[in-house]
Amino acid sequence: MDYLLTDEQKMVKDLARKIADEKIRAVSAKYDQSEEYPWEIIKVIADAGLFGLFIPEAYGGMGVGVMNLCLATEELSRACGGIAVCYAASALGTFPIVLFGNDQQKKQFLPDLASGKKVAAFAITEPEAGSDASAIKTTAKKVGDHYVLNGLKHFITNGGDAETYVVIAMTDKTKGARGASAFIVEKGTPGFTFGKKEDKFGIRASSTRELIFTDCKIPAANLLSREGMGFIVTMKTFDMSRPGVAAQALGIAQGAFELCVKYAKERQQFGKSISSNQGIQWMIADMATEIEAARGLVYSTARMVDAGVKDVGKDSAMAKMYASDVAMKVTVDALQIFGGYGYMRDYPIEKYVRDAKITQIYEGTNQIQRNIIALQIIKELAK
Amino acid sequence: MNIIVCIKQVPETTEVRINPETNTLIREGVKAIINPFDMYAIEEAVRLKEKFGGKVTVLTMGPPQADTALRETISLGCDEAILVSDRAFAGSDTWATSYTLSGAIKKIGAFDLIICGKQASDGDTAQVGPGISAHLNIPQVTYVKKIEEVNEKSMRVERMLEEGYEVIETPLPALITVVKEINEPRLPSLKGMMRAKQAKIALWTQKELDLEDQNIGLCGSPTQVVKIFTPPQRSGGQMLSGEVPEIAETLVQLIKDEIP
Repeated sequence: MDYLLTDEQKMVKDLARKIADEKIRAVSAKYDQSEEYPWEIIKVIADAGLFGLFIPEAYGGMGVGVMNLCLATEELSRACGGIAVCYAASALGTFPIVLFGNDQQKKQFLPDLASGKKVAAFAITEPEAGSDASAIKTTAKKVGDHYVLNGLKHFITNGGDAETYVVIAMTDKTKGARGASAFIVEKGTPGFTFGKKEDKFGIRASSTRELIFTDCKIPAANLLSREGMGFIVTMKTFDMSRPGVAAQALGIAQGAFELCVKYAKERQQFGKSISSNQGIQWMIADMATEIEAARGLVYSTARMVDAGVKDVGKDSAMAKMYASDVAMKVTVDALQIFGGYGYMRDYPIEKYVRDAKITQIYEGTNQIQRNIIALQIIKELAK
Repeated sequence: MNIIVCIKQVPETTEVRINPETNTLIREGVKAIINPFDMYAIEEAVRLKEKFGGKVTVLTMGPPQADTALRETISLGCDEAILVSDRAFAGSDTWATSYTLSGAIKKIGAFDLIICGKQASDGDTAQVGPGISAHLNIPQVTYVKKIEEVNEKSMRVERMLEEGYEVIETPLPALITVVKEINEPRLPSLKGMMRAKQAKIALWTQKELDLEDQNIGLCGSPTQVVKIFTPPQRSGGQMLSGEVPEIAETLVQLIKDEIP
């Protein structure tokens, strides 16, 4: 299929593919086992210039948009969903500053994130506030020219390894969702520590930790936008980043698909390659078609974002939900084609199943995505 | 430090197939890449430039499609690239190739160092690098695995041998060929790739270079390819069984029978 990519997009895709095939593939199993943060690969991605894709040129980035970010994420995920999410989660932590930061904040934080010298993270989730983000308990109280943060964030991707965090905290509990605000918090700020590192089912190369704020004093200048904008910042950030999660799912599906087709051609049973069995052929045909359908949704949504289409909430929810459901189905089927070997850790395919699962859960569960889609459709009908 | 890197575009060796009837390479559909050993030459040149300043100029002789290989070197941090290409150069062997490249190097002008890969993965001759140094009458050090020290007028390098290495000090300008132990080549950067896309690749033909007609192309090539053939695949060996002394005796007899 021809995706009508521009020369620039082809370049980004080729470069990310090269990194994936030449640098990531060989180490993905190692990081999956050790759960270490893959700094050596982060450096390769940084040197290649991929961290700054969507960051404006004025702040050290390339200014080439979300479509390019999706292409890079997809290609990296083809080789390792865990390493790719370290990259994608930094974009998630960077988007709020790109979208809502003032010039001073952008100058201060974006150049190091664009160069990949520093990695970012986004922190909204709390033990009692998952899908119901309005239930967050972390508070930020203004004291003079500072805010004082108290509370606990958990399941934060890149937590502990990132240098720059965007944290959502309540500045006015009485206002509910309208009382939340977004802050930039730097690692090393007194009162900001890290808790438990999670032992995960998949994406194990990425780090997931608790962030603990105990009378953590940050400059008032680190408030993004203005007080009460926390959820708007979050929603707009997710609109930008969901195509990226969708691209991650897409890349995982594509990677598993390629492996299982190759295996099906090589594996001999009853004196012939198993790919000559119609049962396997139909599975391959279904997988390929579903992957292309997902890719269509992801690319269309990313292109809408780059074109500046105002409301992409429904579309980006569709892309995230569909691509991650496809990733789950395709990886499970790919493992089935590998048979008993696929179940063994000596073969790379079981990792794809584990890496795929999270894409149905994070950045809004697929059930929440369906809520977003349905509510938007009903709203449109009421007009 | 002004460095010249000579590269060659070769077929990707993992995909090479041979036509069993003509015994020639099947080139259709085979991806052309930069000779893998040249990647180490490029990396070392870029590292020297990053350390000492200066410029890296890449040179290749080949058909017009070698433009792709030259652009790739720009994406890896090289500054300029020159394609030496002319029908008159077709059929060059290693002698004519090194003569032609030395002519191009004379046209480039002053330089401190020429770096080549130790050999090309298609021809495996390892002759063009040394040939260039001979034509230019400059010192050469082959199989360099480490550059220990660079001074204004000399450099000290480690030259890999089968067992151990030699430390050699050479005056500059000089030519070195490098082995894969010398570094780990980087991947291109996006900015580099964008620069490569817009780069102007100079094209030098016969008339731009001061070369003697009888020394270029097929007629300037003393090498005669008489025959190319694929060595026949070895058939399965013969298994000997029995007691060791008995086997040894049979083996000796079998070897004797083989000797004409």
